Amino acid sequence: MITIKQARNIAFTTLVLIAAAIWIFPLYWALTTSLRSENRIVADAGWLIDELNFAAFVEILKNSKLPVWYLNSVGTSLIITAVVLLTGMMCAYALSQLRFPGRRLLYLVVVGSFMVPVPALYVAQFVLMNDLGLVNTWWGIILPQLIVPVVIIVYKQFFDAIPKEMREAVVLDGGGDFALLFKLYLPLNWGITAALGIITFISAWNNFFWPFLVVTSEGMMTIPVGITQVTDSFGVAYARMMALALLAAAPVIIGYLIFQKRVTEAVMISAGVKG
Amino acid sequence: MLTPKRRRRERRTAFLMIAPFLSIFIAFFLYPTFSVIALSFTDAPLIGKGEWIGLGNYAKLLNDRLFYTSLWNNFYFVLLTVIPTTVIALLIALAVSKLKGRMQALVLTLFFLPFVLPVSVVTMIWAWMLDFQFGILQPVIAAITGKPVPVFMNPYWVMPMIAVVTIWWTNGFNVLLLIAGLRNIPADLYEAAALDGATAWQRFRRVTWPLLWPVIALVLTLQLILQLKIFDQVYLLSNGGPFNRSYVVLMQIYREAFQLNHGGYASAIAMVLFLFIVVLSVLQFQLLRMGGRK
Repeated sequence: MITIKQARNIAFTTLVLIAAAIWIFPLYWALTTSLRSENRIVADAGWLIDELNFAAFVEILKNSKLPVWYLNSVGTSLIITAVVLLTGMMCAYALSQLRFPGRRLLYLVVVGSFMVPVPALYVAQFVLMNDLGLVNTWWGIILPQLIVPVVIIVYKQFFDAIPKEMREAVVLDGGGDFALLFKLYLPLNWGITAALGIITFISAWNNFFWPFLVVTSEGMMTIPVGITQVTDSFGVAYARMMALALLAAAPVIIGYLIFQKRVTEAVMISAGVKG
Repeated sequence: MLTPKRRRRERRTAFLMIAPFLSIFIAFFLYPTFSVIALSFTDAPLIGKGEWIGLGNYAKLLNDRLFYTSLWNNFYFVLLTVIPTTVIALLIALAVSKLKGRMQALVLTLFFLPFVLPVSVVTMIWAWMLDFQFGILQPVIAAITGKPVPVFMNPYWVMPMIAVVTIWWTNGFNVLLLIAGLRNIPADLYEAAALDGATAWQRFRRVTWPLLWPVIALVLTLQLILQLKIFDQVYLLSNGGPFNRSYVVLMQIYREAFQLNHGGYASAIAMVLFLFIVVLSVLQFQLLRMGGRK
């Protein structure tokens, strides 16, 4: 027997599922389109995936610079993530555990830098990259993206929560702070490190505006910038366009599905900090 | 007690630890910040030296009709996105938090997924969905207006549709924050309310809303800052057109600096945008905090 309450629950769940299906429909439709031949797409072939034609994917992988853009995106995003985490955790450790003149001021400056809308700096950052001869290089893409104050603030909060006596005991035994950070504080915070790493990586991977400005040749483009070039040269080719979009999105989609919990955690923590 | 020797050692260690971040921060953030300020008082081209012209750029800005157009478009876009996305996210969060276990995880994944996509993937997919000839949404549009509309080339449709795309793309972030907020509301408050015979609406009005308000205020503030910085979607979907109807402030900064080679003038616009964002977000956050106290 189904009670009225159970029936209402089932109806509610169904309704939410339908809403979620509508929400994700654009991605489903991109997939459907990418698996069809160009002729059938314009012939109004219905909503279901009824054809598994990988020609568009093969075409993209063979005739575009997508592999090079993957390499550029992976390389620059990995370097950004590594440097941001490493410099961030060291700075946070000093702010949290050590006494030194200017500590308060440094923390205020880090927190205050949230307010600055980064794109407003792009003109000056471009001029700087040009002066350094780094326009159209990996370092030109990377350097301005290395400032992620959230990472420092989150690490500091987590380091603050570790009892001070721990450090004192180790330091009395003659242990150095670097060893302490990498052998104790970091292992204690692997979870948050993973979360911060993933969110830093995703935002570096997805950054469009800055790479778009600083890159001038196709061979140096990252994925989000590169795929806009292909669109221009295609003319009308819907299956290929959607195959391209899906290939470009695949790493972040797969990454998100694997590390879902960490991504969720990272978003919640970093937003809590911003408030 | 710390001996002077140990205190010196601690300082040296601290300096070594902050040095990498601090040098990157000074070179690629603080220095550009000051050079934008300095550039805004000169007539410098993008690359090369300019003359000091005092407030010349700012005076020019006051008479620049395109600047007023782009400012207005920014505010229009804020109007179209900030409150709608918060309302939609709240509805989704309330619905998702009622579900249990795997069903909840699945639904949350579906609503959150667009947020991790690169912007150009999002705009490619939506350009196809809304394609004038073969877009799957054109029948829907035709049902409303009587005929298909090339939305990103139509002065009335362009901003609302960019807003729809933006909400689809970024809404998952807000949903997550609101769900986190909902989870922090103690369950016994609802039980107590239920015991007192409160209806579902009363429970929402008296328990959920006031306790969730700080998170809603946070979402509104973050959205305001984010949407004032709009550029990518506009550039990719309509490139500021048609008739400048989607021309936004960052678009003007980009064109002045990188296409018209007016580095100084672009910097002045950037300064004004910066001031707007700071003033508006502080103002909004204060207002929202007051709203929460009542």
